[in-house]
Amino acid sequence: MEKLINEFSFGLFFWQLFIFIGLVLLLRKFAWKPILDSLNERETSIKDAMNAAEEAKKEMASIQEDNQKVLKEARAEREALLKEARSSGAEIVAQAKTEAKAEADKIIAQAQESIQNEKRAALNELKNQVAQISLDIAEKVIDSELDSKDKQYKLVNQLIKDASL
Amino acid sequence: MVIMPRGIHLFFYTIILTSFSNLSAKESKKEVEQTGELKSEIKAYILHHLQDSHDFNLLSYKDKTTNEKVNIGMPLPVILWDDGLKVFSSSKLKHGKNVVSSGDNHYKLYHGKIYRTDAQGTITYDEHHHPTNAMPIDFSITKNVISILFTALLMFVLFRGLAQSYKKNGMIAKGVGRFFEPIVLYVRDEIAIPNIGEKHHRRFMGYLLTLFFFIWFLNLLGLTPLGINVTGNIAITFCLALITFVITTLVGKKYYWKHIFWMPGVPWPMKIILAPIELLGLIIKPFSLMIRLYANISAGHIVLMSLIALIFIFKNWIGSSLSFILAFSISIIEILVALLQAYIFTVLSALYFGFAVEEHDENIDH
Repeated sequence: MEKLINEFSFGLFFWQLFIFIGLVLLLRKFAWKPILDSLNERETSIKDAMNAAEEAKKEMASIQEDNQKVLKEARAEREALLKEARSSGAEIVAQAKTEAKAEADKIIAQAQESIQNEKRAALNELKNQVAQISLDIAEKVIDSELDSKDKQYKLVNQLIKDASL
Repeated sequence: MVIMPRGIHLFFYTIILTSFSNLSAKESKKEVEQTGELKSEIKAYILHHLQDSHDFNLLSYKDKTTNEKVNIGMPLPVILWDDGLKVFSSSKLKHGKNVVSSGDNHYKLYHGKIYRTDAQGTITYDEHHHPTNAMPIDFSITKNVISILFTALLMFVLFRGLAQSYKKNGMIAKGVGRFFEPIVLYVRDEIAIPNIGEKHHRRFMGYLLTLFFFIWFLNLLGLTPLGINVTGNIAITFCLALITFVITTLVGKKYYWKHIFWMPGVPWPMKIILAPIELLGLIIKPFSLMIRLYANISAGHIVLMSLIALIFIFKNWIGSSLSFILAFSISIIEILVALLQAYIFTVLSALYFGFAVEEHDENIDH
């Protein structure tokens, strides 16, 4: 201890105190404060950037989710549309078929009717013509046959015979 | 490299490079005498190195022809306060061989200290062989003061550069300061915040950072071949410990003082017993800081120099090379010790500040 006290130099202590306190004050103003401020600023900016990145990631994920949802909806809609189209197509075809069938039936019916009419008209005409021809023939036959009495008689008999059926 | 003349004593790296080339191995009795002389010379030299000096000596040797010690280095200004300021160059003291007259007074250097003497330079001694002459207050710019100034300048340039590089490079350090940025962060995150707390640490950062780098740089400077021993000087460690003590005392809050004078949570007889112990602790804490740094650095210098000196005591291939290997290993350990002691001083200072500013909820039991 005595050696330590003996070794102690007041001058050195004075200079050390003076220089060291000066150094602390100077460095505090010109070095430590700006250094620590910069470090803090950098740390907060890094933290902010990290947070922003995290947020962007989350946002990205939600957007993707939305996209997926929209895509799914679109797909479902397309499916529904296709289904609808398919069913309506079949319906149209079926309707067309029935309509066509009905039309065809109608046409056939009309044709049959007109054929019937034609037939009827033709028959009527034929009947008229046959009657005319029969009359003509009967006239001629009568003309030729009834010039003798006998023959007239025969004929009357014949007619009576036929008529008594 | 200086070409060393044969047959002279050369002091380099603050140890003696002694060459006994003219000594015959057969003259064993003479050799023992010489070795004894060498040992005491080494001891004196190591002790001399540990102390502050009024000159910045790089090396010294003994001229064989005149048998006088020749010093190579630069003189430093001597500033004395002795009824007025006295300033002269330390070269006038001639390492204690000369009496310097300044004004009406005469001064002489004796064992590293300046005493007021008469014109003949007589020094009177008491029974313990301590000089009884009056001592002026010595404000000389000594070797240690120069080293402190150099370190302060170096730190200012270095950390000012680091601070400015942030502004110039958009928050990214550049240049030499970049090496120190992680250390600054370490001091903040591992020393200040855990010991003082997030809330109060900021106002101690200036002191802690300056303290850490100051001690570290000076410790490292002590390991250079310049032969500087600043942190192994009691005045320096006393000053640093004193500042820590003063800051601790000034920032101490109610809770801190209550813990010292009236320890909560113990019965009252214990409170009375604990108060003086805690009060003593106030002094012991900075005292231990002072002694720890002083002792560690001084011991390191003594061990290192002794091991190097062993090379010249052994003077044979095996012993000297072993000493060299040992000295080399110790040098590497000393580099670690330099950092470690700076760390310990800073951590303990931070811890004491932490105690002083600690805040506690009165209701919480602990």
